[in-house]
Amino acid sequence: MNPNSAPNPAMGHNNVPKMTARDVNVFYGQKQAIRNVSIDVTSDNVTAFIGPSGCGKSTFLRCLNRMNDTVDGARVEGRIELDAQDIYAPAMDVVQLRARVGMVFQKPNPFPKSIYENVAYGPRIHGLAQAKADMDNIVESALRRAGLWEEVKDRLGESGTAMSGGQQQRLCIARAIAVDPEVILMDEPCSALDPIATARIEELIDELRGRYAIVIVTHNMQQAARVSQKTAFFHLGTLVEYDDTSAIFTNPRETRTKDYITGRYG
Amino acid sequence: MAEFSAHTVKSFDEDIAQLRALITRMGGLCETQISDAVDALVNRNLEAAAVVVENDKRLDALEAEAEAQALRIIALRAPLAGDLREIVAALKIAGVMERIGDYAKNIAKRATVVAQSKPIAPAVIIPEMARAVVEIIRDTLDAFVDRDAEKAKAILSRDQQVDEYYNALFRSLLTFMMENPHYITPSSHLLFVAKNLERIGDHATSVAEMVYFTATGQRPGERPKNDFTSTIYAPQ
Repeated sequence: MNPNSAPNPAMGHNNVPKMTARDVNVFYGQKQAIRNVSIDVTSDNVTAFIGPSGCGKSTFLRCLNRMNDTVDGARVEGRIELDAQDIYAPAMDVVQLRARVGMVFQKPNPFPKSIYENVAYGPRIHGLAQAKADMDNIVESALRRAGLWEEVKDRLGESGTAMSGGQQQRLCIARAIAVDPEVILMDEPCSALDPIATARIEELIDELRGRYAIVIVTHNMQQAARVSQKTAFFHLGTLVEYDDTSAIFTNPRETRTKDYITGRYG
Repeated sequence: MAEFSAHTVKSFDEDIAQLRALITRMGGLCETQISDAVDALVNRNLEAAAVVVENDKRLDALEAEAEAQALRIIALRAPLAGDLREIVAALKIAGVMERIGDYAKNIAKRATVVAQSKPIAPAVIIPEMARAVVEIIRDTLDAFVDRDAEKAKAILSRDQQVDEYYNALFRSLLTFMMENPHYITPSSHLLFVAKNLERIGDHATSVAEMVYFTATGQRPGERPKNDFTSTIYAPQ
């Protein structure tokens, strides 16, 4: 590995990174969306990606479970590893990868099925449950961890799409954790939610921390400051600064970071 | 010097400018209050002393206004990084200025008792000491307005000069009291006046530390101190 490509400074904790990216470049056709990004993501932290629209933070997030594979003309260069395994290696089973690296999107997108089926779907296709009782356990424990069980336990047969936005988003989180992933990627998970539902999701992120490596893309600076321990600031496809969240929001090193978080950008 | 680039939301800049203006006015008023209090004391002008006592209410009102403005900015703007440091510093500085005002008022209040006896020789140091602390306050506020870390840092060592005045005054007042027991009352009051000025110097210097932190995000480190009065004995 090129010594210059070591992840930017101040990694703080010494634990082994869950995911590492080295010299990642992403192109959409001719257009380069990500430039030489190197970063480590650890299990005991929530990592926030912040930056203005079009800075590449979502594009980069989607590289971490190969969601960009589905985009026509998208090309990813560099190396991304999960537990030191190259996730872009030909031998990598992408379906398996996405079970290990789950994703929650901006707009809650439950399947048009029952609450139970929404959560059971993943475990079923991955063959995680032998009997109905096993599946019931998995569904209950995922809904509990997503903080939704008490609200839905008496109406598991109702449609997932009939719930409130905040409940739908927690259902999507339950669906993501039902397959027991190692990493959860969240792409602006609260931007379609009201403040109370947002607070619930933030509380949930806090509870899930340590159990999963969590990476969250958010436009809400205060949210990034509240929920994450590490923050990466992206601008024009480059990783400008990656540091402890407390440092980024109180005393960032880079002028571009400072201008962005204090509302002086552009 | 830190950058002054504008916020995307212009009213945020206006909010901060208003808060800074309040702090600057408090600083200016503190300077005047200290000078006027010491003048009233030295010139035995009891009317002027009463004005200083009355004017302290303005500082209290300005502090309340600065606090309200800082709280409003925190609530509405959720400031971060340098902005956050500045708002928090302004909130603290307003409190310190209000306290400095109390010391100035206390000096003015002592004018009545001191005026009842003949002038005391060591008192000539008091106006000089007052000038030194007023200059520290003025330069500190300049550094605050300019967010000038270097200027703020340069101020830190100047509190030593104030401490030296205090040591000198303390010693000479003790000696004076030994030799002139009839003057113990005014001399004791002058000791408190000196102590007040020394405290003002300390507070003003702590403001300079806040200004440095606001500008850089770093603490300036330990500053030199020179107040030895807590170990001084009366001459035998």
